Amino acid sequence: MTLLSVTHACVRLGGHEVLHDVSLSIAPGEIVTILGPNGSGKSTLLRAALGILPLAGGKITRKLGLRLGYVPQRLTIDRTMPLTAGRFLSLPHRVPPAKARTALEKVGVPEAYDRPMAGLSGGQFQRVLLARALLVEPELLVLDEPTQGLDQPGEAAFYRLIEELRQETGTAVLMVSHDLHVVMAASDRVICLNGHVCCEGTPQVVSNAPEYRALFGLGTQGALALYRHDHDHTHDHEHDHHHHHHHAEKTDA
Amino acid sequence: MTMNTTITTTITTPRKPMLDDFLVRAALAGIALALAAGPLGSFVVWRRMAYFGDATSHAAILGVALALATDLPIGLGTLIVALAMAATVSTLAAKGWAMDTTLGVLAHSALAFGLVAVSFLPTVRVDLSAYLFGDILAVSKLDLLYIWTGALAVLALLLWRWQGLLTATLNEDLAHASGLNPDRERLILTLALALTVAVALKVIGALLIAAMLIIPAAAARALSRSPETMAALAAAIGILAVLGGLQLSLTEDTPAGPSIVAVAALIFAISAVFRPRRNG
Repeated sequence: MTLLSVTHACVRLGGHEVLHDVSLSIAPGEIVTILGPNGSGKSTLLRAALGILPLAGGKITRKLGLRLGYVPQRLTIDRTMPLTAGRFLSLPHRVPPAKARTALEKVGVPEAYDRPMAGLSGGQFQRVLLARALLVEPELLVLDEPTQGLDQPGEAAFYRLIEELRQETGTAVLMVSHDLHVVMAASDRVICLNGHVCCEGTPQVVSNAPEYRALFGLGTQGALALYRHDHDHTHDHEHDHHHHHHHAEKTDA
Repeated sequence: MTMNTTITTTITTPRKPMLDDFLVRAALAGIALALAAGPLGSFVVWRRMAYFGDATSHAAILGVALALATDLPIGLGTLIVALAMAATVSTLAAKGWAMDTTLGVLAHSALAFGLVAVSFLPTVRVDLSAYLFGDILAVSKLDLLYIWTGALAVLALLLWRWQGLLTATLNEDLAHASGLNPDRERLILTLALALTVAVALKVIGALLIAAMLIIPAAAARALSRSPETMAALAAAIGILAVLGGLQLSLTEDTPAGPSIVAVAALIFAISAVFRPRRNG
């Protein structure tokens, strides 16, 4: 059984073909990550899969009555709108306060309930978004670079939470990332995207695939090189050879 | 007018039906506008549509000219042109035009074309200032009927789509993923705005309609913890401004529309003083 499948999808934005002949499918309970460099069409693929963007070709098939939870890439709440996290969870479907509080506890931010969204930290904010996505008791969680703007411990903690939620609820997860480091630890399957599907498989298989290496211009360092490449601009001071050990560090969680 | 001639009018009026008092009619018209403008104005503030409100309300003058030239009711002419303007703006926004500039161009050109168009109507004696600044003290019983019908329609629209409108205002993708159609929510706001402009023209005038949308909502923001309180408080502040402005107009013989907006602005200034500290 498939929860959601994209078949030979093409998407054009402003006359430019962003996605060409992309196919993917998600089975219940699996964690699939779409990986690709900036501008490779990752977010476009997610938005097309959700029906937000029209297809120029191909089709999207959803399981009938699929319960889908969505965490958008960026959500800026205008300061002019007074909105507590508790109220936010009731959009657009009202939920009883007890249920909202339970959802916030589940993602580890029970204190956010009465707090204005605009006053939450980046990590708290992302967790509130996740809590809202969980309220529909999703069979499929769709996350668009959910850890943008989080520091490394925050990012690791967020993905651990996703993994825990999958264990607990059995939800499938489809997410976008540019971070192989995360992918190695948390995905069952990786789809490597650059306008089209370059390669697909378990994180180990993909990281050794020639298409993948060509796409990211990797040498023998593989995962590390990609990781370093994508973070050079923001985390220079943290960068050193200690990243070799990240893989091992994550397993202790 | 009777008020000016005999001071004892207030003592003798209770025998007359309430709606015969022009001041009561003025207050009721203003209250209707405030009730619609509070919640709608909150959306205008949240979505940063202030200039959009300006463009739509300035277009009302063009609507007046159209109505006078074709013998349509003023309200209908205003509604049609306001809708056309709102639709134009939405289309241009969807095509990726720079909105700040586009709205600036449209808002002022609509006003200018409206004023020019009115001047081409030779046979009618148009009291232009009544349309620019409103004529709340001359509201008739029929006007009152139109105003309340329009205002209640706006309120009903907003209440009906409240949850969807809020979600689409936060994030269109989020709304989409929840099975809503953000385009439809935007259309509903556009429709509500055009209706409000038609309602507000007689009450406050084309130049100051946007002020009645934005100022009460902005004042309510400082005192609110939820979107619902902000919308309700904005309506309450609007009503307060209407009553205060009418009082001012009566005692100091100031123009009613601008007086109402001035009182609203004072309430905003006071609310800004009590603005709670923001964290983050």
